[in-house]
Amino acid sequence: MRFGKKDILDIKSLEAHEISLILDTAQGMKEISERPVKKVPTLRGKTIVLFFQEPSTRTKLSFDTAAKRLSADSISLSKSSSSIVKGETLIDTAKNLEAMNPDVIVLRHSSSGAPHLIARRVSSSVINAGDGIHAHPSQALLDMMSIREKKGKIKGLNISIIGDIAHSRVARSDITGFSKMGASVSICAPPTMIPMGIENLGCRISPSIETCIEGADVIMMLRIQKERQGNILFPTEREYADLFGLNKARLGLAKKDVVIMHPGPMNRGVEISNDVADSENSIILEQVTNGVALRMALFYLVAGGSRHADSD
Amino acid sequence: MRIRIKGARVIDPGNFDDKKDIIIKNHLIEAIVDPEDNKSSIDVETIDAKGMIVVPGLIDIHVHLREPGHEYKETIETGLKAAARGGFTAICSMPNTNPVNDNSQVTKFIINRANELGLSRVYPAGAITQGSAGRTLAEIYDMKKAGIVACTDDGKPLENSNLMRRALEYCKGLNIPILVHAEDMSLADGGSMNEGPPATLLGIKGIPNAAETIMVVRDILLSELTGAQVHFCHISTKESVEAIRQAKKRGVNITCETAPHYFTLTDEDAKDYNTNFKMNPPLRSKEDKKAVIQGLIDGTIDLIASDHAPHSKIEKDVEFDRAAFGIVGLETSLPLSLKLVRDGFLSMQDLVNKMAKNPGKLIGIKNDINPGNIADLTIIDLDESFEINPETFKSKSINTPFGGFKARGNTFLTMVNGKVVYSR
Repeated sequence: MRFGKKDILDIKSLEAHEISLILDTAQGMKEISERPVKKVPTLRGKTIVLFFQEPSTRTKLSFDTAAKRLSADSISLSKSSSSIVKGETLIDTAKNLEAMNPDVIVLRHSSSGAPHLIARRVSSSVINAGDGIHAHPSQALLDMMSIREKKGKIKGLNISIIGDIAHSRVARSDITGFSKMGASVSICAPPTMIPMGIENLGCRISPSIETCIEGADVIMMLRIQKERQGNILFPTEREYADLFGLNKARLGLAKKDVVIMHPGPMNRGVEISNDVADSENSIILEQVTNGVALRMALFYLVAGGSRHADSD
Repeated sequence: MRIRIKGARVIDPGNFDDKKDIIIKNHLIEAIVDPEDNKSSIDVETIDAKGMIVVPGLIDIHVHLREPGHEYKETIETGLKAAARGGFTAICSMPNTNPVNDNSQVTKFIINRANELGLSRVYPAGAITQGSAGRTLAEIYDMKKAGIVACTDDGKPLENSNLMRRALEYCKGLNIPILVHAEDMSLADGGSMNEGPPATLLGIKGIPNAAETIMVVRDILLSELTGAQVHFCHISTKESVEAIRQAKKRGVNITCETAPHYFTLTDEDAKDYNTNFKMNPPLRSKEDKKAVIQGLIDGTIDLIASDHAPHSKIEKDVEFDRAAFGIVGLETSLPLSLKLVRDGFLSMQDLVNKMAKNPGKLIGIKNDINPGNIADLTIIDLDESFEINPETFKSKSINTPFGGFKARGNTFLTMVNGKVVYSR
């Protein structure tokens, strides 16, 4: 099967069979990172620009590692090192990057829809590394990869997502992806963090964390972003932890073999207690490992896989 | 030299709805005669308007001309050419220019410039507060002497309720209406589109209906308190329509307008982060659109105004949440509004009331087709089928969501002061 898309902009625009292809490809890539020499020549001579307008450590590092393991040349551009601080528009910056003939532009941006805007204007492939509160497709895909690896499937699983749904691009992409792949998704958060019409993405809203977790195969905890919200969405972290934190007692309501996930970075003691974060059920670090493989797969599919002879 | 508009149906609600010929001499309507009446046929230039409709000149009371200060988006000249093409013989210009129209010097500049051009007329609105900063009253009387017909801090709603009360009282004394852009900025909270499922899907911060309606309700109460006249601009929510309907039943001194995009589009049409679908208030839900149409039908909404807001690529070819609010409307308002007639929601008379008579009433213009009156007339071709093409706009800006829209009915000719300022 061939991957026909130029860009990876969001989960919504991927078909279930395309998601499966990405996950299969990523699974194959994973082994490369376990070798003593962690590098293959697949994308030698390809140029990948990592354009991170918004701060990011792990996602950027993960994309960068993925590019290097495939022998692509990766170049980083951040907000402070780009001409954005000099008042250049996003389209002008993108067109200037384009003029240097990169094969892929990875964009992280604080405005929802920014990758869509530039994808229409440049011929390079654009991979969305997180836009505003809209989408974070590579994260959702690595979440799906991690779930599938643990559970052997996604279809039919009960997946609970708990935390700030309203301001989370991960939540939107996860809900869309999980439901597209046949899981039953339930979400829970203070009503201040549940956006209008979120059910349309393919989930139901649970009235409490207990009902949300009951019988869960997977629990995804989201980061409470203190820096974004002031004190208008919830009074204190203490009270948040009391109402919506995942602790050992609550974990007992889920299935015995439940897996705990978190896109990171965690606020220990707030949305997730220490013992849960470090428990056997936690696959939080495997998510990070899979992230590299998944992003290798994305690069391969948009920059090498479909247009070159070395794919099946 | 006379002009005879021949063969048209003349619609001036409460006055005519009949096949009549209109004879214009100099800048005045000289006579309205039966089509067979050929008495004064010497030295007459004829405008063949067979099958067309002649109505009192359309008036758009919500237009951003951008000059002075933002001439790269629109000038008084390009704005008035767009107005003429749109069938508008007069427009009311919003004061958010740079400098703000908060003093008689700026008012005079706008009026003088419009007079030089001899296109459609401009009736400026002045700012309520100095610099529209919401702190100190502007010299409203001085501006009134210079020619303003209304006051508004459009786009910068007066947060301070006491200042709003005093502004209403002051304007009541001067007998000019306040035009209210109803928005609670704290509830709008930096949002870029309607709060609802489409915004959630796109990850765009939403503006709830209540951000508009809460201020509508406040200013209804302040109108009741002061007895002053309030006109609500660009009503977009079902709750606002209902609040205004109830207040009118109580006899509160209020009127309101809506814009064509609120009865034509919904937030579901805002796709692919196209910033030409970004305006303030935002495109609302299907129910809101329905309520706006119902408000137009039952008279709760008095008039249609375009909220013509030209922006260049600099403001619009950017990320959605960073793009400026607003779309151009002068050249699409009539065709979009005519659809309400074609769809059976309004009669032609209703539409003339909402686009010519009621706007005139609001700003104190006598807009009747009668002998001796100034010849400001619009001739409409109801049958012209066309596709809206922004490249043909007279406006300097093309920020419209209606490019490619199929429309039927458009301006055939616009006459201001007895002079043809636009003809197809």
